[in-house]
Amino acid sequence: MIDVVVLFFLLGVFARLVGSDLRLPEALYETLSIYLLLAIGLKGGLELSRQPLAALAPEVAACIVLGFSIPLALYPLLRALKLPAVDAAAVGAHYGSVSVVTFAVASAAIARAGLPAESHAALWVAVMEAPGLVAGILLARRAQRRADATKADAGGAAGQGWGALAHEVLFGKSVLLLLGGLAIGAVAGDAGVAPIAAVFLDPFKGVLALFLLELGLVAGGRLAEVRRFGAVVLIVGIGVPPVLALAGAATGWLLGLSVGGIALLATLAASASYIAAPTAMRIAVPQANAALSITAALGVTFPFNIVIGIPLYIALAQAIAR
Amino acid sequence: MRGKHRKTQLVIVAEAAIESRLVALARRMGAQRWTITDIRAAGLDEVREGRWEADRTIELRLIADPEVADAIAEQVLTDYAPHFGVAMHFSEVSVLRPERF
Repeated sequence: MIDVVVLFFLLGVFARLVGSDLRLPEALYETLSIYLLLAIGLKGGLELSRQPLAALAPEVAACIVLGFSIPLALYPLLRALKLPAVDAAAVGAHYGSVSVVTFAVASAAIARAGLPAESHAALWVAVMEAPGLVAGILLARRAQRRADATKADAGGAAGQGWGALAHEVLFGKSVLLLLGGLAIGAVAGDAGVAPIAAVFLDPFKGVLALFLLELGLVAGGRLAEVRRFGAVVLIVGIGVPPVLALAGAATGWLLGLSVGGIALLATLAASASYIAAPTAMRIAVPQANAALSITAALGVTFPFNIVIGIPLYIALAQAIAR
Repeated sequence: MRGKHRKTQLVIVAEAAIESRLVALARRMGAQRWTITDIRAAGLDEVREGRWEADRTIELRLIADPEVADAIAEQVLTDYAPHFGVAMHFSEVSVLRPERF
């Protein structure tokens, strides 16, 4: 049976396709996303309060390496698909970074299946947000240097410096709230969080459902763009996630994670960022075609992962862990 | 009404991603006062509905001396127009306390 939150997503896509005037107020969208990030962080932080932090070092290191490697691995493949160098780097960055909502849907599916999972997995999400972006930006800058060497620049401001970018990513909303929630959960512990659990923990899935309704509307709006870009976004959007999921699952298995943990890491590797990455890449690599990356990440990969990918990755984790 | 002074209003419609950089540029080039609003924008080639973070559009409205407004627009054209969605227009306005602009 398909998870109820996914049905909300499909309702959003349907509303968009039939041209409904349904639109969630922007302020509500912002509120829901802040809530989800804080709640995911808090839940992970509670688990951190129960175990020694040093034990997590291998997981953190593996997440950084995994996130950083994805754009490097995808780059030659995307170039082979005839994407311009900066676009290949930018698309890679989107896939190297992660989608928090995909993670939330996978967590809900794993909980519903009754599989054991690491409750501090939110830490992986926070850690995996930036490395892929850094790798993508490095690839893009290298490509630009080569292009600049062969022809004069067509004009426009060069990409933003690393300092401003680091500030943008590390103190941007998603990493700040995830790490903030983790820290608050870890410091406060179960007893400290108990009084706010009725707001931040219990209604989580309902809020996720509402947020997915809005994301369905957004993703549905990108479907027309899929037609514009043609086969390449479909190949990237559907073909790449399962391959990345294999890499994520293998990493999880090597780390000795639980079945749910392997599935979550596979999902994170397979997911593509459509919030942090577009903003960061827009500023760092303005030459890249933003619509292409967003259409692949949000118009194709996100729906694919939510509806088909996550059950697939859970089955993969079960097969590996057996 | 007495004491009206001519100034130029420059309106910049742009991707929200470059909002802070546009403000820094305007401030650096001598603008003293501006307003920013979130808007939804569309053209024949693109629709920016502002439904989520990467799709937001802003309107930066500033009033300044004509030469300051021209210089800001020129710099925006050079730095941002090649790769970012940017539209600009000018209008003549009358203000009451010219030293504030």
